[in-house]
Amino acid sequence: MTAIKIDRLSKTFGKRKALNAVSLRVEPGERVALIGASGSGKSTLIRHVSGLIRSDAETCCKVTVNGRPVQEGGSLAKDAKESRRDIGLIFQQFNLVGRLSVLTNVLTGLLGRVPPLRGNLMLFSREEKLLAMRALARVGIADTALQRASTLSGGQQQRAAIARAMVQEAKILLADEPIASLDPASAKRVMENLSALNETDGVTLMVSLHQVEYARRYFPRTIALRDGEIAYDGPSESLSRGALQDLYGDASEELILPEATQVPRPQTPAAARLDTAVA
Amino acid sequence: MAVASPEAPEAVELPTRDWRHAAYRWLIGSAVAFALLASWAPAEMYRFVNLFTDAGNMAEYASGFLRPNFLDWEYYVEEMILTVQIAIWGTGLAVVASVPFGILSSSNMAPVWVVQPVRRLMDAFRAINELVFAVLFVVAVGLGPFAGVMALFLHTTGTLAKLYSESVEAIDPRPVEGIRATGATRTHEIVYGVIPQVMPLWISVSLYRFEANVRSATVLGLVGAGGIGQVLFESIRGFMYAESAAILIIIIVTVSIVDLLSQQLRKLAI
Repeated sequence: MTAIKIDRLSKTFGKRKALNAVSLRVEPGERVALIGASGSGKSTLIRHVSGLIRSDAETCCKVTVNGRPVQEGGSLAKDAKESRRDIGLIFQQFNLVGRLSVLTNVLTGLLGRVPPLRGNLMLFSREEKLLAMRALARVGIADTALQRASTLSGGQQQRAAIARAMVQEAKILLADEPIASLDPASAKRVMENLSALNETDGVTLMVSLHQVEYARRYFPRTIALRDGEIAYDGPSESLSRGALQDLYGDASEELILPEATQVPRPQTPAAARLDTAVA
Repeated sequence: MAVASPEAPEAVELPTRDWRHAAYRWLIGSAVAFALLASWAPAEMYRFVNLFTDAGNMAEYASGFLRPNFLDWEYYVEEMILTVQIAIWGTGLAVVASVPFGILSSSNMAPVWVVQPVRRLMDAFRAINELVFAVLFVVAVGLGPFAGVMALFLHTTGTLAKLYSESVEAIDPRPVEGIRATGATRTHEIVYGVIPQVMPLWISVSLYRFEANVRSATVLGLVGAGGIGQVLFESIRGFMYAESAAILIIIIVTVSIVDLLSQQLRKLAI
């Protein structure tokens, strides 16, 4: 059974076509990177798969996850809530509830599974709490369990969000620019946490990324989007700098991590004077 | 860094505003002046001279208040505590009712055909003064504190639901989306995504309303809805100024204590 199946998905915001007849298939256990410049439709695609937004109302558009339709022809499936339960979603801005404890945030991953009334009363069993603690231990932040989520660093918050997706026990994990607002060290840890889920638990991963380096390092397959269309779908190692240049032209610069260049020393006397004035 | 540096251009000019800014100010100013002038005669403001010509009467009246009579202080304090208790129940019921009403009147939580009717209902609750509600409830449930509780409950629900919904409309939608993505229900989204975000503001405005309700409850007795108001107006009507003064002092002290306490509680909430 195909994990993610998208048929001719189109989405128009106003006059702009954010997605134009995108079709793709992802097999169970696959690891796919989704790259593209800002506005190329990566986030829009991911949010369609989890049923957070609806496509244009055309009979052709269809999104199926694990054989279950999520949306078709612009309307959500009746059981979209059940489908969401089986799709873990990681956001660029983490989307944790800042005033709740990290543990409670992770426990919300169980909401699709526990009886709704018990969920509303925030009553979780000891086993459920232990499950959440194990998830936190796996991403390495068990010691923060009782802190408010807002007190964590960005990297820790993203790992808490991964723990939330872990207790959801979803077979499919989508991540929308999970490392775009993180420093390089945190980004590496988050990418490793995500890869571990794929390797040890067989979770299907689809991750949108801004930089092609991460795609090459962590993902065998890359889908490149350009102006809402698939420009490339194939092995990541073939996406060299030259190939990106061919795909995106000058816009390809945005997709490559800039080399650290040295800041030139001030030369003119005026600039030097400014320096001393500041000091 | 100094403002005058070698790189800064010598000649600077003040930015000029266009004429519309001045016209706008002039318009607002004249509108306020017109409203004040137009209301002068209807409000009988020309009688301000009486404040000075009849100053003797006032002094005589006020001197009655200068010697407060605390002989019955135990009775006054008892009634004052009852007044605070009326405010506690009136506010407590309103807080409970305002949670659903507040969420249903938030445009980011409910569809417009729910939001608009609920908002209009809350407007009606707010538009009618506590005293008017108290008169109605005295007729319905009889004289006494319960009528006062009901009056405060309805009026406060109108106010709190509006304030609650304003903070709900200002929330960050991303955590709510995070909860929705786990397969949660709409109620889960509210319990986990919305309420934690608005809680500090909700506590703060509820405590503020409690303070206001203690003040309002001191006059509910005027229409027989219980509390110290009844005692106060009886003593004023009976020309017992010394007793009235004692009651007023007790009200002022209590309201100050409640204000101080709720201020401290508000700090804890945020």
